[in-house]
Amino acid sequence: MYAFGLPNVGPIFRREVQSYFNSPAAYVVIVVFLAIIGWFFTSNLFLMNVASMRVVFELVPLVFLFFIPAITMRLLAEEKKTGTLELLTTKPVRDSEIILGKFFAAWVLLAATLVPTLLYAVTVGLLGSLDLGPVFTGYLGLFLMGGVYIAIGLFASSLTENQIVAFIISFLIILALFLLDKVLLYVPETLASTLEYLAIDFHFSNIARGVIDSRNIIYFGSLLGLSLYLATVSLERRKW
Amino acid sequence: MAISVKNLTKKYGEQTAVNDISFEVKTGEILGFLGPNGAGKTTTMKIITCYMPPTTGVVEVDGFDIYHHSLEVRKKIGYLPEMNPLYHDMNVLDYLEYSAQLHGLRGGPATQRIREMVHVCGLEPVRHKDIGEMSKGFRQRVGLAQAMIHEPDVLILDEPTSGLDPNQIVEIRNLIKHLGRAKTVILSTHILSEVQATCDRVLIINDGRMVADGSPEQLQQEFHGAETVTLEIRSGVTDPIEEIVPHLRALNAVTNVTLLGHAAGVSQFDIHTEKGSDVREEAFRLVVNHGWTLLEMHRKVTTLEEVFHKLTTQ
Repeated sequence: MYAFGLPNVGPIFRREVQSYFNSPAAYVVIVVFLAIIGWFFTSNLFLMNVASMRVVFELVPLVFLFFIPAITMRLLAEEKKTGTLELLTTKPVRDSEIILGKFFAAWVLLAATLVPTLLYAVTVGLLGSLDLGPVFTGYLGLFLMGGVYIAIGLFASSLTENQIVAFIISFLIILALFLLDKVLLYVPETLASTLEYLAIDFHFSNIARGVIDSRNIIYFGSLLGLSLYLATVSLERRKW
Repeated sequence: MAISVKNLTKKYGEQTAVNDISFEVKTGEILGFLGPNGAGKTTTMKIITCYMPPTTGVVEVDGFDIYHHSLEVRKKIGYLPEMNPLYHDMNVLDYLEYSAQLHGLRGGPATQRIREMVHVCGLEPVRHKDIGEMSKGFRQRVGLAQAMIHEPDVLILDEPTSGLDPNQIVEIRNLIKHLGRAKTVILSTHILSEVQATCDRVLIINDGRMVADGSPEQLQQEFHGAETVTLEIRSGVTDPIEEIVPHLRALNAVTNVTLLGHAAGVSQFDIHTEKGSDVREEAFRLVVNHGWTLLEMHRKVTTLEEVFHKLTTQ
């Protein structure tokens, strides 16, 4: 991070990761996440006799709706409530460094949560045939989609000092993004293609199918950038 | 490292928290910021530390404007906010390292500085303890340690001794005095003895306005109003209002005499006289001439408390 002239992203990132793994809350959330995915994966395996990663890639985006707001809600709201944000922002630290440090920390937690699910991929590989391409792009898609959600959650957390409110705000924004292409039947055709392009699930399923299109990457990248920008602006709001 | 505040005004919506305050703090000065709760002390400090900008006015720290050169200003300032917010899930050493890193201190110099601050602030016995498990006194020391980790030239301490027990207050006060040498310090408080004990200069603000500025001694003198002498006499008279008060009234420069109490021939009076006069000798002679016994006589001195009270309750 030195290269970008943002020397404080590192320390903030490390503190945040430490604080995630020091508290039982993170482990609880991770265990619940893995339990839900594992239950559906194994019931598919034993009841339907199907060894497939499809269930993982279909289910994780749904679980993300709750999981990501839960891991991002405290990022800024808690520091606002306890007053440590005042201390942090009166150190020679840029607001963007605070946002980036916290963003990467949550992203690492997300990665740490997704890693154990690779076991399912190994299981599928042992029991049947595993097509490596779609698994790789599927995980890439999950990681990108999770990143966008985290950035949105961070923005929501910057709006309030109440973690529950932060959870609800990020859940609603994410839900809206997620549902956009589920309502295509009910909107005029002229709007449909725009809505579809704005829907996050549309881009994710494209990637998860094994096709990495620049359109999808640009979508994720710009949404990520926009959310992080909004979070930074919202943090700077105290200066207005 | 001088701080200059010019025509500072801060409004929260309709409410004016700080109203046109101007002052300067010279290098090495310890400035006490005094005022009742809600007077605008904390707001002023939050502005100087770049937490939030003023509505109007200019603040400069060592020539750097807080708005345009915020990062430079923040590098020079060590800040202990009100309520001393800390990360309760970190231990002391980790927290100080984090603070050092945010000030650009890494590696050897950081370790050196952390060791120094742990020593100076007396944190050795708790250095591996989580901050959440520590007593308030130790937390306050951690707060001071983090504020000074980067050897700032300016220290801004918002009620550094609030919530501490009397022994801890003395400890923290000595620490501030010791560490504040050769630094510019602004500290806010509503404990007046603290100001008298630590500060070179006092600013009293009330309702967002500055009402006094000077050394504690200067303020005491300046706001020293009429003199009052308290007198206790054993006279044996039954009606002191008739038999004693007129005599006292007749003394030079006396403006008023009030009877505080009378029982079994012993009576207490307050004698109010004009500013700058001393009635004690005459009062003594009067008592002797009448054959009464003088039990007690003392002159009341204006305390900083009274100055404060006078200035902040209008």
